[in-house]
Amino acid sequence: MLHRYARVDMDVGTFCAQSRVLIVAGKGGVGKTTMAAAIARMASTTGRSVLIIELEGKSGITGAFGLAHDLGYEEVELQEAGPGGQGAVRARRITPDDALVEYLEDHGLRRVSKRLVSSGVVDVVSTAIPGIRDVLVLGKVKQLEREEAADLIVVDAPATGHAITFLTSASGMVNAARGGPLRSQAADVVELLGDPARCRVVLVTLPEDMPVSETIESAFTLEDKGGVQLGPVIVNATDPVPEGLEVSAQEAAAGTDVKGSLLAALEEARLFRLERHGISAHQVERLARELPLPQLLVPSLPVETIGAVETDLLAHALAEAVLRLVPEAVPDR
Amino acid sequence: MSQGAVGGGTLASLVSERAVIVCCGSGGVGKTTVSATFALAAARLGRRACVVTVDPARRLADSLGVQSLPNTPTEVEGDWPGRLHALMLDTKGTFDDLIHTYARTPEQAEGILGNRLYQNLTGALSGTQEYMAMEKLHELVESGEFDIVVVDTPPTRNALDLLDAPRRLTRFLENRLFRALLLPTRMSLRAVGLATQALLRTLSKVAGAEIVQDAVGFFQAFEGMEEGFRTRAGAVRTLLADPSTAYVVVTSARPDAVAEASYFAGKLAERQLATAALVVNRIHPRFGDGARPPTGVPEPLAGLVANMTALNDVARREEGSYAALAAQVAPAPVGRIPLFGEDVHDLIGLQRTADVLFG
Repeated sequence: MLHRYARVDMDVGTFCAQSRVLIVAGKGGVGKTTMAAAIARMASTTGRSVLIIELEGKSGITGAFGLAHDLGYEEVELQEAGPGGQGAVRARRITPDDALVEYLEDHGLRRVSKRLVSSGVVDVVSTAIPGIRDVLVLGKVKQLEREEAADLIVVDAPATGHAITFLTSASGMVNAARGGPLRSQAADVVELLGDPARCRVVLVTLPEDMPVSETIESAFTLEDKGGVQLGPVIVNATDPVPEGLEVSAQEAAAGTDVKGSLLAALEEARLFRLERHGISAHQVERLARELPLPQLLVPSLPVETIGAVETDLLAHALAEAVLRLVPEAVPDR
Repeated sequence: MSQGAVGGGTLASLVSERAVIVCCGSGGVGKTTVSATFALAAARLGRRACVVTVDPARRLADSLGVQSLPNTPTEVEGDWPGRLHALMLDTKGTFDDLIHTYARTPEQAEGILGNRLYQNLTGALSGTQEYMAMEKLHELVESGEFDIVVVDTPPTRNALDLLDAPRRLTRFLENRLFRALLLPTRMSLRAVGLATQALLRTLSKVAGAEIVQDAVGFFQAFEGMEEGFRTRAGAVRTLLADPSTAYVVVTSARPDAVAEASYFAGKLAERQLATAALVVNRIHPRFGDGARPPTGVPEPLAGLVANMTALNDVARREEGSYAALAAQVAPAPVGRIPLFGEDVHDLIGLQRTADVLFG
């Protein structure tokens, strides 16, 4: 048992050490934020300090660590370092306006920065330079990465659709060769996104038709347009078939006095589960076939809200999946 | 049945009486499918219906035939007494049409359409896609060709983007900076306030001088069209607040989607806009009496019982998560769509969904 845990730790450690920044992206409703929290929790169990960066309001990342308050620009500690050698988990939010004000201040424009935002000039600028908001936000992430603000930085990216724009606008800005001094900022971001030792994008999806199709499409777009390095895909809510569903209810009930509507309901429920599982398995298989990226399959949790306990369970499930993912990548010492 | 709440009308009365239905909700909940289903239901009642889809999944777009000709209503043939049209929104094209409408001369229109800032506008100014969806809606209503227009909305993270979209665009176009930027070309640069000069310098320093040139060029080209745009945006706002416009909040049964739908319904209420109906998509079924797990079932059936109990638990949790939302939007009727084995991506799927929602 001890040996097994040591091995899990080593594999997970390797996984978490592959890049300093993990950008977690996915369509709305696939559990993107929950997975960002689980990745952070998993990394912290290997002793790493983690900084979670939230880009949209109300993502619920604090709730996933059992806390109630909203995030702001200032860092908040979600989990202390300490017991059992776990790393601290901190979180903060970065909005485009925050990033812009900070950028202006860093460039000696403290005096006018607030006025630029309040007068609506920012709207004109960000329209004149599409992607400036994204580049500034990612520029801030890059700065944190350079400062080694944490062993692992987990970015809870905007929902896909928007995430594609978010991750490709820097390369668009560099290619267009416009934007004055911002161009170097964009070039830095492109460099960050293109270096798997520094940053990878983890796509989260569900084993269903539309989410899988969109994930495949997004992955290719991100690679082609953004030069983005993709990590494994997390397939959330991938459940194994429960035991005891191999034979029909009628067969299983032979010799018992169970019959009638209960028997019919049991059989209906069995067929429903098998059908759902069939769809799920088919989609996982299709994803593997059409998108050559390793997969991390994570089960669903039978709960309504995700708190600290659930995040921990998911972190364990994720760690198990990582173990299945890279057995050959870790030399057996 | 499920949609028959007292006082709030029924889903069927919505599609038979209203002129506009706006479907709102977060991404991935099946808004496009629900929008198309409402339009289909109206056509079944003999009405001339048009559905405006925004970014539909490819297969659904194919089966509706909207992909080859964006921005133009395409008739969907089928066996119903009314008529069903579908349209796929082209944000940029809609904006271009507006420019052509309000430009005083063709040269002015060309000047705007060729400006780089304008070309970025639809992609970069948040809320533009939302506004253009509403603009298209307005145009279709005004055309008089349809009895009912159902509009799918972009997957908006922030409800305000949708409701504030007309205001947001006009504010952009009437920006204080807009005036400031125009001044240097009209008068001597000396007449421009020191503060504005400082802003322009800052802008050039941070963003590059050509950005400022683009912006000045855009606002120059746009001069004289503000009034038309403002009037138009006002008309769109009036349409959105009209009693014949019904807001349908769409959600999946997943708790996070329900939370967002609740937030959206709250924002509608803040603006004195009622949620006319709630549609909960992809609901897990209940098995047996669903009330509590059967007891005293012999061992060989333990796995089957556990499975049924677990599925009923999922259904119960889902119900719990949207019950509060249903109460929040009461007396709006609640439509429930079960989890089908396959996503709805064709006319047969839409018909089946319409059967479930409208009987």
